[in-house]
Amino acid sequence: MDREVTELEQAIGRAWDVARGFGLDPFDLRFELVPANIMYEFGAYGLPTRFSHWTYGRTYQEMKTMYDYGLNKIYELVINTDPCYAFLLDSNSVLQNKLVVAHVIGHSDFFKNNVYFQETPRDMLESAAVNADRIRAYEYRHGKLAVEQFLDAVLALQEHVDPNQIIRRQQERQRGLKVVSRPRQRQGPYDDLLSVGLLEEQHEAPPAQQAKFPVEPEKDLLLFLMENSTALSDWQRDVVAIVRAEMLYFTPQMRTKIMNEGWASFWHSRIMRELELTDGEAFEFARLHAGVLSPSGQQLNPYYVGFKLFEDLERRWDHPTTAERARYGRQPGQGRAKIFEVRETESDVSFLRNYLTEELVRELDLHVYKQEGEETRQDEENWEEVRDFLVNSMSNFGHPYLLVTDGNFEGRGELLIEHVFEGQELDQKYAERTLPYLYRLWGQPVHVQTVIDEKPHMLTYANADEGMTKRRL
Amino acid sequence: MERIINLSKRDWSLYRRGPIDQARHNEKVKEAIKANLQDIISEEAIISSDGKRVVKVPVRSLELPHFRFDPNKSRQAGQGSGKGEPGEQGSEDGQTVGPGRGKGAGDQPGLDYFEADVTVDELADVLFEDLSLPFMENKGGQELEAPDIQFTDLRKSGSLANLDKKRTIIQNIRRNAMGGHPAYESLRDEDLRYRTWQSDVRRESNAVVIAMRDVSGSMGEFEKYITRSFYFWMVRFLRTKYSNVQLVFITHHTEAKEVDEETFFKLGESGGTKVSSAYQLALKVIRERYSPQLWNIYPIHFSDGDNWGEKDNNLCVELVYKLIDMSNLFGYGEIQEGGYRSLSTLMSAFQNIRTERFIGVTITDRKDVYPALKRFFARREAPADLEEREAA
Repeated sequence: MDREVTELEQAIGRAWDVARGFGLDPFDLRFELVPANIMYEFGAYGLPTRFSHWTYGRTYQEMKTMYDYGLNKIYELVINTDPCYAFLLDSNSVLQNKLVVAHVIGHSDFFKNNVYFQETPRDMLESAAVNADRIRAYEYRHGKLAVEQFLDAVLALQEHVDPNQIIRRQQERQRGLKVVSRPRQRQGPYDDLLSVGLLEEQHEAPPAQQAKFPVEPEKDLLLFLMENSTALSDWQRDVVAIVRAEMLYFTPQMRTKIMNEGWASFWHSRIMRELELTDGEAFEFARLHAGVLSPSGQQLNPYYVGFKLFEDLERRWDHPTTAERARYGRQPGQGRAKIFEVRETESDVSFLRNYLTEELVRELDLHVYKQEGEETRQDEENWEEVRDFLVNSMSNFGHPYLLVTDGNFEGRGELLIEHVFEGQELDQKYAERTLPYLYRLWGQPVHVQTVIDEKPHMLTYANADEGMTKRRL
Repeated sequence: MERIINLSKRDWSLYRRGPIDQARHNEKVKEAIKANLQDIISEEAIISSDGKRVVKVPVRSLELPHFRFDPNKSRQAGQGSGKGEPGEQGSEDGQTVGPGRGKGAGDQPGLDYFEADVTVDELADVLFEDLSLPFMENKGGQELEAPDIQFTDLRKSGSLANLDKKRTIIQNIRRNAMGGHPAYESLRDEDLRYRTWQSDVRRESNAVVIAMRDVSGSMGEFEKYITRSFYFWMVRFLRTKYSNVQLVFITHHTEAKEVDEETFFKLGESGGTKVSSAYQLALKVIRERYSPQLWNIYPIHFSDGDNWGEKDNNLCVELVYKLIDMSNLFGYGEIQEGGYRSLSTLMSAFQNIRTERFIGVTITDRKDVYPALKRFFARREAPADLEEREAA
């Protein structure tokens, strides 16, 4: 084993040098060899230091069971931090781990250089550990069950944050601070101190503008609840803040899944070619590489799609056609520069919209399927529509787009949320079970305006006895 | 030069977050099963299982819900495995393809509910927790044994796993004290003390359950199913909680006969219905084999209540009174699919029987099986004063 560790250490050093030679610019790397159960635990929680919750426990159980039965295997786990932490499976062969190291270098370079990651906290391991400590302290003070049930409510709504927060805040700063009138202020021991500045600002704002609340529709539901709900105590507000912060940390990874995996796969293949491999190792590598990139069932394999797109990009900018030269003035040999530019500036949506060509749609065998009862049928053959459908399905990470439009609905302090309808209806059964959580967090009746069978409807939850009611508008 | 890359390894053997949260999840599964018992116990898969098999139980309440799109009203994008044409059928496990969830940012969407694996024994544990044979009296004679193991005794030899450390240390100090050094030192084999158990025999009185079942032609699929499902759990319950309870199985249409367990559970025969025949046979069985002086007696009868006529109904009422006199409890379950209720059923004939020793239950839905079990076998004590029973 020690011999293997030494061999792996040497390979890491070599892979690092090769990667730097290619122009990759990763964070410093900290690799750790861990046993399978630890790897699956990290995989289930997303972060080694994250707080406890039974939903993670279930994911852990499922992942570990899959592994135990040989159905699935995580090869690597890499954390977006500086220095970049990555975990290797101690039961992997040395060659498997070499490939993983090369792959991780690609991810680390992507984390460091892609524009969407620029605002992510790079000390997330420490922050998450502090968050977990705080939640443990709340459990101690308020009871495990109370904290668990509160977390249930927050996690049920966790995807409703605004990943563009940072950009939006900058715009607001440029426009000048808007004063938000809050009909019902939260109660806290330091209100008199905290409200000093607020009062002064309120004097400046004309009273007519105070009626609307929030001033503009709010995408960040968790933020809105955290700042405005009167039903939350301080520790609960903090739990909302924790879940929101960790969600915002993960959103860049969600919005660049295809690019990130494609980039890492592209570079692991290039780096591995430069390492001195025996014939046996070269064969094992080829087999592994093919496995990583193989389409799995009907699902889209982000590794494969991303890998093919980057390869195609490099080729098309290295060897532009005469038409491309004439039309865009594209010079040959620009492939490497182009892919580095793309990895810095794009997200999955723009990556696919700009660079998924007809040839690639055919080669990747991409289709749109439609559910008809138990069966799924291929529905769309026009390549542009396939591409557009893919891009659209990624908007808001595949979640319904919800906006808080009124925090004082009908003047009664009720919450009105608008589902921005883009052709897909809400799952009413799920909405029925999610609304009580929203009610729990807001403390007053909650309404979701949506579209059912092409007609506007209002879903309302006012109390546990009535449950969700549905009303045509 | 400072190392910009490094590789490390450490000991993770005490790290337990995943298993702890996993245990909490499993605890929640158990809670959910308990909350949904009445749906779960009448699942066909369980009744027809051999009792050992693991059954998959859908636990809908456990999935943390989200606002999500209706999967039945949406299209999906994916990769074909070959050259597909529009209209070609895809595989049935297609999942919506989005950018996926970020690493660890929660569970996968798409699954409607969580399926828990439980064994029938596990279900039985939860189910039978609060059930017992009511009005049990001490009738003397041959007694049922319910062994209860308790660690109450100490010995000088035994298995090391049962070592009583505290007593061992006391013994050691005591022995040293005899030599003038009252301290814990130089432990010897002779100091060792082991805990050992006694099987404590809890006395339980004799009991016989007489299970009666209507197998006439009017019993439809639903009625048969409910009867089977009720008796399946009843028999399991009795065998789980009472090691030596006697069971008598009687089926009837216009005539009643005593049958073995296997025949009893097989699906029905046909013909008319004369319920009194079953009650008469039950009385005969009691008179010949189970003297009320020695036995706690529980006749239970399930029927659709569609009896031969007013005359037989009246006879039934008479016989039920006789049975109640000899029994601890008489249970009657009437199955009315969908709540349809005709006035001339046996239940309406029984409605004037006013004694806590008679329990009548109407079952209109699969969900009613569990409440019926709970009503028949709720823990009730026999009144201290037997006069009270006469008065009732």
